Amino acid sequence: MISAQLPALQVILPMFAAPIAILLRRGKLAWMLALVVTWIAFAISLVLLFQVLDDGPIQYFFGGWAPPWGIEYRIDALNAFVLVIIGAIGAAVLLFAGPSVEKEIREGHQHLFYALVMLLLAGLFGIAITGDAFNVFVFLEIASLASYALIAMGKDRRALTAAFQYLILGTVGATFFLIGVGLLYAMTGTLNMADMAERIHEIHDSRAVLTAFAFLTVGIALKAAVFPMHYWLPGAYAYAPSVVSALLAGTATKVAVYLLLRFIMIFGADFAYVALPLGATLAVLAAIGILVASSSAILQNDAKRLLAFSSVAHLGYIVLGVGLGNDAGVTGGILHMFNHALAKGAVFLAMGAVMLQIGATHINKLKGLGAVMPWTMAGFTVAGLSLIGVPLTAGFVSKWYIVTAAIDRGWWPLAVVMVVSSILAVFYIWRIIDAVYFSPPGANTENVKEAPVIMLAPLWALAGASVYFGIDSSFPASVAGKAAAIVLAQMP
Amino acid sequence: MAFLGTYNYWIFITLMMIGLYIVIVRGNLVKKIIGLNIFQSSVFLFFISVGKVSDGTAPIILHDGGEAIYSNPLPHVLILTAIVVAVSTSALALALIVRIHESYGTLQEELIHEAERAP
Amino acid sequence: MNETWIIAAALVTPLLAMVGIGVFRNRPNLREGASLIAAAILFGLAVWLVPGVADGDRPELVLFEFLPGISLGFQVEPLGLGFALIGSFLWFITTLYSIGYMRAHNENNQTRFYLFFALALGAVTGAAFAANLVTLYVFYEALTLATIPLVTHSGGEESRRAGRVYVGILLGTSLTMMLIAIAWIWILTGTTDFIAGGVFVEDGALIQGITPGILGALLVLMVLGTGKAGLMPFHKWLPAAMVAPTPVSALLHAVAVVKMGVFTVLKVTIYTFGIETLSSFDLGRALMYLAAFTLIAAGIFALREDNLKRRLAYSTISQLAYIVLGALLVTRLGSIAGGMTIAAHAFAKITLFFCAGALMVTLHKTKVSEMNGVGRIMPITMAAFLVASLSVAGLPFTGGFWGKWYLALGALEADQIVMFWVILAGSLLSLSYLLPVAVRAFFAGPKDAPITLAGEARWPMTVAISTTAVITVLLFFAAEPIFGFLDTIIFKGTITVQ
Repeated sequence: MISAQLPALQVILPMFAAPIAILLRRGKLAWMLALVVTWIAFAISLVLLFQVLDDGPIQYFFGGWAPPWGIEYRIDALNAFVLVIIGAIGAAVLLFAGPSVEKEIREGHQHLFYALVMLLLAGLFGIAITGDAFNVFVFLEIASLASYALIAMGKDRRALTAAFQYLILGTVGATFFLIGVGLLYAMTGTLNMADMAERIHEIHDSRAVLTAFAFLTVGIALKAAVFPMHYWLPGAYAYAPSVVSALLAGTATKVAVYLLLRFIMIFGADFAYVALPLGATLAVLAAIGILVASSSAILQNDAKRLLAFSSVAHLGYIVLGVGLGNDAGVTGGILHMFNHALAKGAVFLAMGAVMLQIGATHINKLKGLGAVMPWTMAGFTVAGLSLIGVPLTAGFVSKWYIVTAAIDRGWWPLAVVMVVSSILAVFYIWRIIDAVYFSPPGANTENVKEAPVIMLAPLWALAGASVYFGIDSSFPASVAGKAAAIVLAQMP
Repeated sequence: MAFLGTYNYWIFITLMMIGLYIVIVRGNLVKKIIGLNIFQSSVFLFFISVGKVSDGTAPIILHDGGEAIYSNPLPHVLILTAIVVAVSTSALALALIVRIHESYGTLQEELIHEAERAP
Repeated sequence: MNETWIIAAALVTPLLAMVGIGVFRNRPNLREGASLIAAAILFGLAVWLVPGVADGDRPELVLFEFLPGISLGFQVEPLGLGFALIGSFLWFITTLYSIGYMRAHNENNQTRFYLFFALALGAVTGAAFAANLVTLYVFYEALTLATIPLVTHSGGEESRRAGRVYVGILLGTSLTMMLIAIAWIWILTGTTDFIAGGVFVEDGALIQGITPGILGALLVLMVLGTGKAGLMPFHKWLPAAMVAPTPVSALLHAVAVVKMGVFTVLKVTIYTFGIETLSSFDLGRALMYLAAFTLIAAGIFALREDNLKRRLAYSTISQLAYIVLGALLVTRLGSIAGGMTIAAHAFAKITLFFCAGALMVTLHKTKVSEMNGVGRIMPITMAAFLVASLSVAGLPFTGGFWGKWYLALGALEADQIVMFWVILAGSLLSLSYLLPVAVRAFFAGPKDAPITLAGEARWPMTVAISTTAVITVLLFFAAEPIFGFLDTIIFKGTITVQ
């Protein structure tokens, strides 16, 4: 039965598509292959999510080898949700990719580009799906190496240094993660995350476990760009090719946050939140990060860089929710992973469309675009409202969860930070809106045409989803609630 | 002596700090990569030394079918994978360095930043 | 309940109007026709609801759960229904007026104008019928967003700047203070529903964990967070918004947006905090003084303003402070006076704006100092202006009288002598900044010029001006049913006034 093999196919399809894409040697063909594979992967992730929701967690023994010898894939509500986020963003971005890649990537490199994208997706799916701690490391590095290379394919030469910087910090983070896994293995004698979670309870007091926890959190936080370890992110997102920015902004950091949640679950929420001050530490760092990144976003002159800083701020929202450590907070954090992926994916796609038509994303170059690219800019505006967190957009729903969670815990300053940051978001989104709609058009926007439909469709799909899930949030909210319950299972 | 009994950890930590120090302090991109390699290698050493069982032999079935104490083979396997990852990372980093040198004409971090700041 | 579908229809009508406007974007007559028909239908639906609501019915419509435990829900009660009636009726009149204005003024992007106008009215309807704070908040923000393109309609540097101020203040106050207040109320009480008598009291005592101090903080957050109510120092957006075309200033910035603000304040004091709760803990006194200050200060600003529209804007801020003051007196009379002032001020101020627009389009006069003698050229317009001025000041035989009257009585009832004098002083101030305009128009300038009707604006505009002016007078005689409508129902059985 093929349905029983879906967890393996989720990772293997994109992974095998990568060498095939190289063999195809033609950009267009590789694009079609990548498109088909991603959509199948998206479908698989949806099927898996519904299976998990209906029948509970899925276990899959890779190659038929049961743990502890083999690698186990274990899917519960938490990672099924993350798989759907990756699948959805991947599906939307690859549909968009065709024209954008043709313009931004050199002719002979396009098939390689798609091969790397496939590897990136395989890595991201793998991190989310696997139940083996070392396997996480391997997939983490697959995804990271692919993204370093992809970022470096940006046209601006600063893409190279941004990629290099990301490589250094990313490798340090991944190696920290590896140290943590090694210590855990030494203490528990297993790499299977479920077994680890069982055994770790008896040795909570061990200093080695504490050290492992420290290395893991810092390593993951580096990957998740948690303030003050976000230094690599703005450059990487700003100078990467548009398609890569959209893909990474929607998925990469989310997956790292997922890892954080998974390890909180393995160590036990009581250990992370009660015995150790992880919650407060994360929340305070996140709050500072939100304010610093939002303020920096206002000062940027390049729209993509501005949006990258906004990404750091929104990661702060997610981490803040996680740090609050109560039901509403973690639910809100997980929900915001989804909602932010939709909105940020959409705005980066809009910037991709702009890049295609005018070849720049500097705010001064965007003047008057609202008149010549009405659909692109309307989509940008809708998604921008979700980033601000205006009611009836998805961003409001997750913000509501996090603000109420902060008030509920009595952490008032954090609630204030959340709402103040929406004002900052109004300012930075307004800078672009102001240029696009209310400034006299510049010389470079004459004769500019609207982006092709194949780019507008995914942009509007994401923007529309931002509105839809802002009006009827019950489905993602219920899944996020289930996922939060898994994370907080050990909470006293 | 407790200190000497855990000497493998001390070596690991020393190497790790040397590696990280180079990554942070050195301005030359190639040196940064060398530092990164030292840092990663220290972790590999750590993993392998953790798998060592006192008086254990290599985990190979004896010819005469007799019993023996083996070292844990799993860390070796894992590190084999990790080494592959590290090599790929170095390769990618070096490729990036070549490209950076082509477009900036230098490998010194400060000079690159200067070039970036200038329009 | 068969009235449920009326609510649904009322919510959908503006959206259908948008569709119609979009479809007929190249046929101006049909486009404006769609607006007029939608406005008429909306008004009809609201009227349809009146008898039932007056009998104590509370038709409800719950759409879906929007946040956990919080639904996007609607419930019709007198205050909201009154707001919806005013909004929809004046939408009709304003559309009529806009037809003349927009064409005479040759404005660009008229389709966009009518589209967002309809959207704004949809937001007003949703807010008017909101059954809980979150629903109200949703439509409050929707109204802000829907009006941005209208404020910045003309383009250019000045509207850009106005747009920044508008967005900054309105979103700034509501996204921070109001949102926090709502979330806090939700955490404290587990409900955001509007319940007669308030949500903080259970069995005659405050719910456990709530202190008067918390209530006071919530009230401050809520009232200041309602930037649309124009309390100082969050009033700057209103004069800034005057760069918009006159129909926008007339309907949105004299009626819909600002009334949304005071409506929110009234609704929250009555249905979330509860008049009785507020008065028994004597909360809101500081805010009341802020309202009084705003009332006087805005009046003085209005005196110094030469641009007619901006003068009217400051006058609006001052009048809004009356309504907020009425709500914060936390007496039955104060709240009713607030409700009546909403109605009376809506008709009076929209008339004034209509006149300002007519003067601008036909005579290209926008400054008070240029008004000499215009009454001889446009007698109908200026007569309407005079009537509306008297109503704003609250003189007898105009609709504005009763609101001021009951407000003054309410102040005396609450032993707020200072407020009583503030109310009177505010009236005098409004006379002194509005009457000179009419006086200049009729008595200054060339004495011998003949009075003719030839100088009046296009007929749709003049019709609109006359209608609202006549209603301003009629409201004086219709005070009793309005008072009864607001009185018997808001407080029925649930609140006993000391």
